[in-house]
Amino acid sequence: MSPVRSHWRSLEELARTDAFEEMLHREFPSGASELPNEWSRRQFLKLMGASLALAGATSCTRQPLERIVPYVRQPEELIPGQPLFFATALTLGGYARGVLVETHEGRPTKIEGNPQHPASLGASDVFMQAELLALYDPERSQAVIHRGQISTWDALLAELTTAAQKWKANGGAGFRLLTRHETSPTFLDQIQRILARYPGAKWHEYEPLAGTSPGARYHFDKAEVIVSLDADFLSSGPASLAYAKQFAAARRPNGAMNRLYVIEPTPSLTGAMADHRIVMRSAEVEQFAEQLASGRESKIAAAIGADLERTAGRCIVIAGDSQSPAVHAAVRTLNETLGNVGVTVDYTPAHTAPRDLRELVSDVNSGTVDTLLIVSGNPAYDAPADFEFAKLLQTIPRVIHCGLYHDETAELCQWHVPETHALESWSDARAFDGTATIVQPTIEPLFAGRSKHELLAALLEDASAGSYDIVRAYWQKEQAAPDFENTWRKALHDGVVSAATVASGSAPPSIAAQTPAVPSSRLQLIIRADERVYDGRFANNAWLQEFPDPLTKIVWDNAARVSPATAARLKLENGDIVNLKFRGRSVRAPIWILPGQADDCVTVNVGYGRTRAGSVGDGVGFNAYALRTSDALWGGAGLEIERTGDTHELVTTQQHWNMEGRDQVRVGTLAAVQSDATAITRTGEPPPAHDETLYQNVAYHGHAWGMAIDLNTCTGCGVCTIACQAENNIPIVGKAQVRAGREMHWIRVDRYYEGGLTNPQMLHQPVPCMHCENAPCELVCPVAATVHSSEGLNQMVYNRCIGTRYCSNNCPYKVRRFNFLEYDANQFEQPATRKLMRNPDVSVRSRGVMEKCTYCIQRINAVKIDANKANRPIRDGEITPACAQACPADAIVFGDINDANSRVAKLRASPLNYGLLAELNTRPRTTYLAKLRNPNPELEHA
Amino acid sequence: MNAQLEEPVVAPGYDNASVTKKITDVVLTRPVHRGWLAGLAVAFALLMMMNFAIGWLLLKGVGIWGVNVPVAWGFAITNFVWWIGIGHAGTFISAILLLLHQDWRTSINRFAEAMTLFAVACAGLFPLLHLGRPWVFYWLLPYPDTMGMWPQWRSALVWDVFAVGTYLTVSIIFWYVGLLPDVATMRDRAASKRVQMIYGILALGWRGSARHWKRFHIVYLLLAGLATPLVLSVHSVVSMDFAIAIVPGWHSTIFPPYFVAGAIFSGFAMVLTLAIPIRKFYHLEDFITIRHLENCAKIMLATGLMVAHGYITEGFMAWYSDDKFEIYLTLNRMFGPYAPAYWLLIFCNVGVNQLLWFKKIRTNPAVLFVIALFIQVGMWTERYVIVITSLHRDFLPSAWGIFHGTRWDWMTLIGSLGLFASLFFLFLRLLPAISISEMRDLVHKKSESAR
Repeated sequence: MSPVRSHWRSLEELARTDAFEEMLHREFPSGASELPNEWSRRQFLKLMGASLALAGATSCTRQPLERIVPYVRQPEELIPGQPLFFATALTLGGYARGVLVETHEGRPTKIEGNPQHPASLGASDVFMQAELLALYDPERSQAVIHRGQISTWDALLAELTTAAQKWKANGGAGFRLLTRHETSPTFLDQIQRILARYPGAKWHEYEPLAGTSPGARYHFDKAEVIVSLDADFLSSGPASLAYAKQFAAARRPNGAMNRLYVIEPTPSLTGAMADHRIVMRSAEVEQFAEQLASGRESKIAAAIGADLERTAGRCIVIAGDSQSPAVHAAVRTLNETLGNVGVTVDYTPAHTAPRDLRELVSDVNSGTVDTLLIVSGNPAYDAPADFEFAKLLQTIPRVIHCGLYHDETAELCQWHVPETHALESWSDARAFDGTATIVQPTIEPLFAGRSKHELLAALLEDASAGSYDIVRAYWQKEQAAPDFENTWRKALHDGVVSAATVASGSAPPSIAAQTPAVPSSRLQLIIRADERVYDGRFANNAWLQEFPDPLTKIVWDNAARVSPATAARLKLENGDIVNLKFRGRSVRAPIWILPGQADDCVTVNVGYGRTRAGSVGDGVGFNAYALRTSDALWGGAGLEIERTGDTHELVTTQQHWNMEGRDQVRVGTLAAVQSDATAITRTGEPPPAHDETLYQNVAYHGHAWGMAIDLNTCTGCGVCTIACQAENNIPIVGKAQVRAGREMHWIRVDRYYEGGLTNPQMLHQPVPCMHCENAPCELVCPVAATVHSSEGLNQMVYNRCIGTRYCSNNCPYKVRRFNFLEYDANQFEQPATRKLMRNPDVSVRSRGVMEKCTYCIQRINAVKIDANKANRPIRDGEITPACAQACPADAIVFGDINDANSRVAKLRASPLNYGLLAELNTRPRTTYLAKLRNPNPELEHA
Repeated sequence: MNAQLEEPVVAPGYDNASVTKKITDVVLTRPVHRGWLAGLAVAFALLMMMNFAIGWLLLKGVGIWGVNVPVAWGFAITNFVWWIGIGHAGTFISAILLLLHQDWRTSINRFAEAMTLFAVACAGLFPLLHLGRPWVFYWLLPYPDTMGMWPQWRSALVWDVFAVGTYLTVSIIFWYVGLLPDVATMRDRAASKRVQMIYGILALGWRGSARHWKRFHIVYLLLAGLATPLVLSVHSVVSMDFAIAIVPGWHSTIFPPYFVAGAIFSGFAMVLTLAIPIRKFYHLEDFITIRHLENCAKIMLATGLMVAHGYITEGFMAWYSDDKFEIYLTLNRMFGPYAPAYWLLIFCNVGVNQLLWFKKIRTNPAVLFVIALFIQVGMWTERYVIVITSLHRDFLPSAWGIFHGTRWDWMTLIGSLGLFASLFFLFLRLLPAISISEMRDLVHKKSESAR
């Protein structure tokens, strides 16, 4: 407004009071100035609704065509009620694991492993299963945010354009890119183009849980003896699913059964599978590795060494990610000496890794960084504590964060861009062995997300490019063939790019360790990834929070794990809160006493204690990153414990670990079974004869469904639980309800200890419904709400159930679950997006009814209908319940026990087969194969 | 006659007129007493608390209680069994003792029957509230519906519906038929027209003719005959709710007799709990004499010993069966997490009960009252132990759990006492608490035999 005014409307105007200025401003708004500073959800939704309506008006323009290709069949049109499967990939730690996503009318409802993908081989883990819930998480970031205010993508583009002008002039000096470990070829290509364009810019990678192990690939199916030095290869790492499958294949007693030695300080799922688990403080593992390689002073090392020599060329020695480079070097030497390299172990050449986080930190400290772009990381939360990254972020003039959540890092950045979920956008990724997969979207982005490719394209001043164009253009360039369209379609269909296998993906950089000055202390700290929230990225995922930790069965918490002897020495009990002091840093943590833990070692899991994860993950557990420093990423000596006198209630789904002399899990040795096949199963009480009943025996003509669970290959990972939860619309109940004993999981994994407290054998047993032929539950229901089908299924009729709960009382396996409250509408499952996630083939249960495992009857019926239409019998293996499909060890086999040639019938005929509590005359359809050990005779009798 | 050597069942010096006056005056002429009002107020407040707890229950679901998996049955079933057991004494007194010509039952049968009704009313609430979806409770009943569904007859819960339903019906009819001559007396003695009208309608035209009396006696005897087997059958069926299950601690053939004895045991404790204050406050010592109290105590002693025998047999059978689950259950009851509850029930039902061997104690109303309270606590605890400890650790140790009642559980239990007490207070003020006709009969017989 010009200072000279020739006319005026009021005295206020003439006086130019603030109030008048404001009125003027409101009367004639020029843009978004009307928007208040404080945003309520209601206002936001109103505006979103209006924008959506307006967006509808603009939809008359023709959008560019992006084709995604279904996996199983390519219909002319989508058939309502028929799911389509799309092959894509999900990444963890940067590495792809191929998945098939089941979609119903455009809604992804279930994730399965892609059988053609080398890293999943049809199996999945809890993280893959739980990505579904993450996709529909209503608390994912939904808008571009600039300094705490909602902004627009265009505003960010404008800022980037300005910055780009400057970088063009100075070569990009001061521009830094920070990513997690990335294997996406397109993304890496984009980065290289950015670095070429701005030579002064630098790219840093930080993957919180990247190990120190050099690129190595193992073939566990070819190994007769495996020695693991603190390596949890069956349940962690980018290849764990493939390794679990290989291991299981060599574990079955039909041929030679492998032998596994695990030397570890803290119990792991791999340790639980060991024939000989040797508990050792982590510092001693290095010594042990040397002994194995050379001296063999100890008896154990000598016995293991002899076993390795006996099977030279058919064995594997593997060291864990958290072990020092010296251990890895010793192991490599051992494998080379034993002639394993090239047979059971392949070492891949080390790749040039991008710069690590330490360099970025020193650059920021020296003030040379003016713009930092963080793509899908949360360094403010998970960077080593000594970097004080959260403080550093505030010293950088411009930080742009792109992530799924408005998390701890986003909170400190000037700009935040919501990232699209992997199931929402185009991308690509490589598996641990270099196999590339095109990541294709299975649904339109639920929120206004941008993919990382679009963000980088904006830096390359190509903001109009969609992810589809970017990814496709890259592959078109890469695979310049005349029939690229066919290659592309095949790659999408199969979920793997056939010709694109390179030697190996690059290994993530690990922050170079510096020799620390270690204060003398008896206690050692061990830092580990979490089996549920990984590095914290899944903290807002209620499926995973409520998933019982496979070793402790704790839900909704993490804990500092100590051995019984250490707890006794320090006078600690479960739930006591202690101050863990490690090299000048401290954190308050509850104690959990874990048998099998090495004495004087305290294991903490990272990923908890989030402050901006969302309503599910905030404030759950304690933040172990607070103890994690760059010189001791996996812990080390120098820990002190200080009792505080406070306690914290840790909730578990299983309170009793002793088998009480009952024989739920039958265990024997390979040698015993080889001399007498029924040696193990004969030990239990025999089931009563079939005529011990007042009622007439039912004859099952046609199909008779049954399930066999092989305890010998089950690793206890618990993916069956989450796969079942996803498939069957099972609600989450929250910590308080689990404490009250009301978790809803239809299949649980029981864990028992056998042997002393110092190094007991850990036994896992998945327990779904047994579908008893003489089902105790059916007899006692007054309204016939649980009945038997002609195919032997014990069925639950939700609509008929009035909730007397007598069936649960009378179920000796306690596999029935009751909706004590209206769980499905609880706080963790806001209806808006979660409704999309439901499997339409499974009823959602309301309050007051009983529910339980159905053997995935919806899948049985789908196959029956298909077979009926095609007028053919059902093939063995055609029906796979969700638990069996997810299992990486193929430990769960389902089929028709009336068909003598089916896999399940053959397993039931095995001398190892037994029914749980069969002495009660329940005649369970789910049976177990006894667990076998293959101990080294030299160590066994010692 | 032997009875004359004992304490009399009615104090000497009463004739028909004085008996009638004494009993009807409690209702018709006696002013509303402050103590009665206070008692009703407390009871009614508890009833309102229960209403609140039930309202919340219907709104939120049974999850507000402590029940879980494995302990899917909790307070509701415990309370149900306890209340229905209490009811048994009423039927026992009015039916079995009538058939056995025990004339001492006369002065206590009326309120014992009322106690039965109110106890069954309390008991009947719990299985319904216990349901996950109480609004479809009628699916338990056999009725031709469009779904073509009938109840599942193999389930003891269906038998239970019939057992309790029959019991309630027979008890109401028995009680009401017995009331007819008395209500007619009340009608005749009522001062105001309005009261006359009300009692008149309730009296169903009773005129006291010889024909009326003849039919009345036949019907009453027939009903007593009908009610007698119920004393045994109802709690036997209730016990089968447990016994047909395969749960260790429930799956036992001893349950029916053991439950029936326990029911009569707790029922007589309740009779004493009610009779001792009533005779005190309404000065009915002449009608409810020490003889009555002592006889009740003797029955308590006998049934208490039967119950104790049941406990011993359970333990013996667990050992004798050599069943690892039964043995574990027995040890767990005694020494597990619920051991205090187990030893409390042993103390109350077995320990305290032994005091009744002494005549001095049996004839001391104050001590008897306290013992009766102990036995009621003990019997509730017994049902709690049976329901909870059997479930909380059964076959698979992985599925073991623990149960604690929540405040809603306790509110409903204590509230049901309020319901019972409210009904009882109203009964005392509105109907003759002692059977007038039978008392007149008794006075007549006594005077004849004395002559």
